Amino acid sequence: MSTSHLTDKITNALAQGRKAVMPYLPAGYPTKEAFWKHIADLDAAGADIIEIGIPFSDPVADGPVVEQAALCCLKQNVTLAWILEELTRRRPTIQAGIVLMGYMNPFLQYGMDKLARDAARAGANGLIIADLPLEESDGPRKLLQEHGVDLIPLVGLNSSPERLRAHAEKATGFVYFVSVMGTTGVRETLPEQLQDALTQAKQIFPIPLALGFGLHAPSQLQGVESVVDGVVMGSALIRHIDSTGTVGDFLAPWISSQ
Amino acid sequence: MQKGYFGDFGGRFAPELLMPPLLELEEAMERIMAGEPFQRELTDLLTHFVGRPTALYHCANLSRELGFGLWLKREDLAHTGAHKINNTVGQALLAKHMGKTRLVAETGAGQHGVATATAAALLGLECIVYMGAEDVVRQAHNVQRMELLGATVRPVDSGSRTLKDAINAAMRHWIAEQGNTHYCLGSAVGPHPFPLLVRELQAVIGREALDQFQRRVGRLPEQVVACVGGGSNAIGMFHAFVPHAQVTLIGVEAAGDGSPGCCHSATLSTGTTGVLHGTMTKLLQTVEGQILASHSLAPGLDYPGVGPEHAHLQALGRAQYVCVTDDQALAGFMRLARTEGILPALESSHALAYALKLAGTLPRNANVVVCLSGRGDKDLEIVRQALLKREG
Ligand SMILES: Cc1ncc(COP(=O)(O)O)c(C=O)c1O
Repeated sequence: MSTSHLTDKITNALAQGRKAVMPYLPAGYPTKEAFWKHIADLDAAGADIIEIGIPFSDPVADGPVVEQAALCCLKQNVTLAWILEELTRRRPTIQAGIVLMGYMNPFLQYGMDKLARDAARAGANGLIIADLPLEESDGPRKLLQEHGVDLIPLVGLNSSPERLRAHAEKATGFVYFVSVMGTTGVRETLPEQLQDALTQAKQIFPIPLALGFGLHAPSQLQGVESVVDGVVMGSALIRHIDSTGTVGDFLAPWISSQ
Repeated sequence: MQKGYFGDFGGRFAPELLMPPLLELEEAMERIMAGEPFQRELTDLLTHFVGRPTALYHCANLSRELGFGLWLKREDLAHTGAHKINNTVGQALLAKHMGKTRLVAETGAGQHGVATATAAALLGLECIVYMGAEDVVRQAHNVQRMELLGATVRPVDSGSRTLKDAINAAMRHWIAEQGNTHYCLGSAVGPHPFPLLVRELQAVIGREALDQFQRRVGRLPEQVVACVGGGSNAIGMFHAFVPHAQVTLIGVEAAGDGSPGCCHSATLSTGTTGVLHGTMTKLLQTVEGQILASHSLAPGLDYPGVGPEHAHLQALGRAQYVCVTDDQALAGFMRLARTEGILPALESSHALAYALKLAGTLPRNANVVVCLSGRGDKDLEIVRQALLKREG
């Protein structure tokens, strides 16, 4: 077993002959009550890691679906303090690993030091900060690691081998590979060069590799199955909830097809 | 000092996917822009296309009324009517040297959009401008100018549908398309190296002003004043004067209608430290870190952030930042028009209004240089409506 709960979660899924399934949902979407019901349902349906989105007014790495969802959460006064409080209370009933995914400013205003402590206390296992590149990451990473919280790096198709190696030296938990040159949002097809880029990243990182952005169907993974350890679905899940009102069997194809 | 920082402010809080183009730009600044051939080409364009040096004008009539010497650095006389062109010609030229074929830009009032479209047309680059859907309606005249210059204007319907959302959209565009595209950012904001790049390109304002003033008066002015939206005309005006500690530097922010709790744009005066659009700076935000919508009569000052170097100059105490209300700016606009025959931009009217308030506080031989960042033709409709409202 590794020292990272998130690494273990992914390794366990792989041991069962499938990829780790990692749904993303903005906190408080579509309503504060419904959100926690959806989290419980995703957990019961077998999610290995759940990414809780921390809403921000100016989400530059997100496409329209996630941005709209985040703004809807902000209208309901969802705050980081509320999210951490509720998570602390509900964490014992959730099996999945928990990652908080957001932008620098709300984390900064909460206070990085306080955040590291409170996130750990709430049972969050990792943090993704969409606008925190390698160059600015040392300070936050150190604070989080002191409390056993992984800082998950995002890398992509334009990350050079040198940058990948620099990330690999510091990263714990898993590495999040952005499948497209673009923002979040469902894509029909993934770029051609993805296979080579993933293969390279897989060789460089000693920790598991998750693929995200644009995913909506397991068939999209054709050709890259062997180099992907986990999959993240965000916009597709939001759309599913918008049209059916429930999480239902959203995760089923991802868990059974593998 | 840490790379890309001005004291505690600045940095590059951008998505990892934007780091390669940001590093490429930083490298191009060092390799191409610092070189002699580029500088020669840029100077040539600034002289013959932009119309530099712009005049330093002594306002004889107003100086008599105010009791001190008032001078205007006439950026309103630059091509397209504002300082924005200094930046866009420089960035477009750099983009061209980098082998880029397209410029993407954001615009609020449309001034930076027009200046980018102009530079793109001149240098044979494609141009896409993101503009908040609100602003597309408010500034229809500039939309038409951009389109006539061959640019594509894309209305942004998300968030508050104004400048900050246009920047979000332009950044998203740059994430998706970076091979052939340069992001021509319009103010001294954004992730490193933009605040530095924009300052370098706007610093010509202060260099000229300092030189012109010394030639005419034989010493330095007591005060240098500029309006602050994102902070590009102000940092361009201040930069040459910063080492001269005896010169007081005043940045003027927009206080909107001036009522307490009004959604104004006075970021440095009332904001708190945080991260927006890739940089650590002063912001208008909630305690939870959500960005607030700003407001000003001057569309170009309507931004909830500010360039990180201004936050640093403020922290050092080297520059002071003050507020001027919509009404005061409007009064400044009218007074300059009637007294000196110049219609200033509403943004620049904020800087002017501050200088007008100095009447009676300075000795007769004191001199104040105001950066008149743009001309007021773009604001005629806003002024007309504001005057109607005041009368009504
Ligand atoms: C004439 C004029 N002055 C000032 C500004 C404010 O920008 P900055 O603070 O970057 O100079 C603008 C912005 O559109 C402008 O058009």
